[in-house]
Amino acid sequence: MNIHEYQAKQLLSKHDVPVPPGKLCKTPEEARSVAGKLFGLGYSRVIVKSQIHAGGRGKGVFKNGKRGGVKICKNLTEAYINAKNMLGNVLVTKQTGPEGKLVRKVLVEVALDVQQELYVGVVLDHSIGRPVMITCKEGGMDIEEVAATNPQSIVREVIDPAIGLMPFQARRIAINLGLNSELLTLTVKLLQGLYKTWWECEATLVEINPLHIFRQADGQQNLVAVDGKVVLDDNALFRHPELVELRDYDEESPLEVEASNYNLSYIKLNGNIACLVNGAGLAMATMDIIKYYGGDPANFLDVGGGASPEQVAAAFKIIASDPNVKVILVNIFGGIMQCDIIANGIISAVNDHQFKIPIIVRLEGNKSDIARQILKDSGLNLISATTMADAAEKAVKAASKPVQVAA
Amino acid sequence: MSILVDSSTKVIVQGITGHFGAQHTRLSLDYGTKIIAGVVPGKGGKLFDEKVPIFNTVAEAKQETGATVSVIFVPPPYAADAILEAVFAELDLAVCVTEFIPVRDVIMVKRAMEGTKTKLLGPNCPGIVTPGSGNNSYGGCRIGISPGYIHKKGHIGVASRSGTLTYEAVWQLTSRGVGQSTCVGIGGDPVHGLSHLDIIKMFNEDPDTHGIIIIGEIGGTSEEQAAEWIKHNCKKPIAAFVAGSTAPPGRRMGHAGAIISGGKGTAAAKIEAFKEADVAIAPTPADIADTLLKIM
Repeated sequence: MNIHEYQAKQLLSKHDVPVPPGKLCKTPEEARSVAGKLFGLGYSRVIVKSQIHAGGRGKGVFKNGKRGGVKICKNLTEAYINAKNMLGNVLVTKQTGPEGKLVRKVLVEVALDVQQELYVGVVLDHSIGRPVMITCKEGGMDIEEVAATNPQSIVREVIDPAIGLMPFQARRIAINLGLNSELLTLTVKLLQGLYKTWWECEATLVEINPLHIFRQADGQQNLVAVDGKVVLDDNALFRHPELVELRDYDEESPLEVEASNYNLSYIKLNGNIACLVNGAGLAMATMDIIKYYGGDPANFLDVGGGASPEQVAAAFKIIASDPNVKVILVNIFGGIMQCDIIANGIISAVNDHQFKIPIIVRLEGNKSDIARQILKDSGLNLISATTMADAAEKAVKAASKPVQVAA
Repeated sequence: MSILVDSSTKVIVQGITGHFGAQHTRLSLDYGTKIIAGVVPGKGGKLFDEKVPIFNTVAEAKQETGATVSVIFVPPPYAADAILEAVFAELDLAVCVTEFIPVRDVIMVKRAMEGTKTKLLGPNCPGIVTPGSGNNSYGGCRIGISPGYIHKKGHIGVASRSGTLTYEAVWQLTSRGVGQSTCVGIGGDPVHGLSHLDIIKMFNEDPDTHGIIIIGEIGGTSEEQAAEWIKHNCKKPIAAFVAGSTAPPGRRMGHAGAIISGGKGTAAAKIEAFKEADVAIAPTPADIADTLLKIM
């Protein structure tokens, strides 16, 4: 589950990671008032940051023509105007796709003078099954780009889950980052807090990018997490009711939300051949073979194991809500799921939705003989396919025909 | 011969009375698999379907029956505990079918398993099948949730991260009259027990396995690790299919482990690694069996 920057910072702060003073705002007036309070504390600049579930905000462009989803402001008027330009407008970034995302909230924070920017994060290393702390002297950059262009600059520290990030490891990282004088103790505390956030929240990713080194008014150096990202493990949320509260449905595709309510795994894509498949691997492979035969999948949809007729009906309902769909390809290999259940689901869904578009059905596996007979006896106009290749070819062919208007 | 399990393997089912566990226990019994005990805490002393004895603990079930393998059909919050119960009862193999286990639990399970004798298959895996010699491969060892009848006894080893895509490949083989030594699902979670590489090494050692099919998918580096080893060590013919060439980056494709992140874990990179190891690549999921048979 993705959460907003301001929520990530709340979690980090709870685990002793310093974040800039600031507050979430929903109106330009609120932004001005928060900025006023921060200026009142003696800070000379504030930053207004669009809160959406996507990166690249700073370089993003609003559909109203304004540039930059993150703006530094020197006075109250600037804070008000920038918040006004962001709130209620759609921001397009490298990660949002051309449709962009509506900005409903902004974070107004103190902007500190930067001495140095660093990257620190914790991810799960699939190959060893352990968390790894990743750090880099080049903060504020796209870490994926750094990994591609300058991999030597990235330092990895594998963490033993039984003991957590030990202080000696944190010191080693700090020294690698060049923070070996007055900042050493603070860095160790921050890195341990970072790891603790990952562990306690059951995150799959916690990232501070950039981590800023700045000089306080008293001349002392200090650290602050200027941007934070946390991705939570969906499967662990049952243990964390307080984290479930952080879900923002506004940031998710309505169809994907509805699919998740039925425990269906659905991802909308841009093609016109809808897929209804059991099993994630087969569902991906079905998309691949559609593409291989020259078609374009409209979605990834895994109805999973033990799918009831209700779930299959829900899957058809979700597919039916996508106006781009011209053909439906059902590809079921029954292992967990029995094909007769699917066959009955298909029949009731086709009856319910009065589908006029071609439906190609390929059923194999548990009780597939009975299922084929059920479909045949239904009297419905379903195109039967034998192999995956046969099904994909038929689907692509049907999708390339002009739409037939029902008499 | 086969790997990990054969028709004489004695199997415990943890969670035998749950809906899913019961359904698949019956299918395994119908297949001729020696399911000789169930474990359900608090139901010890009862019988499942009036024939399979139920025990309170895995240790007790092992002691009373001589079972060496356990299959876990326990809900996600309790699955890590169930796996470790099998590990500390010193079984040879634990097969965890359960999906949606929190990844932190699996990280701890793997850590706790270091230095123990038990191998783990899964979680979130379809299990393992060593086909038997009877009608529709009856008499084999079916552990997990695969449809038994699609198999046929023979000499091809199959290792996969997916369930239904494995059935697809197995069915292609069987339809062409080609049998399998053992079919293994390693599971779709980011952290899991036995890897592609572990299974390939076993197939390489197994004199009865003459060719191997690897089914991979986007995410992680399990396929690349296997490819690197194959390049220098494996002499048997291998065909591979990698699912997810058309998957958008940054999205989790059903399986918790199936995600391209930071430009890593793409199908293209995995296919390239396999090609470098002289593994034949199936262009589509419909060509998996034919791709292998062409090089045998």
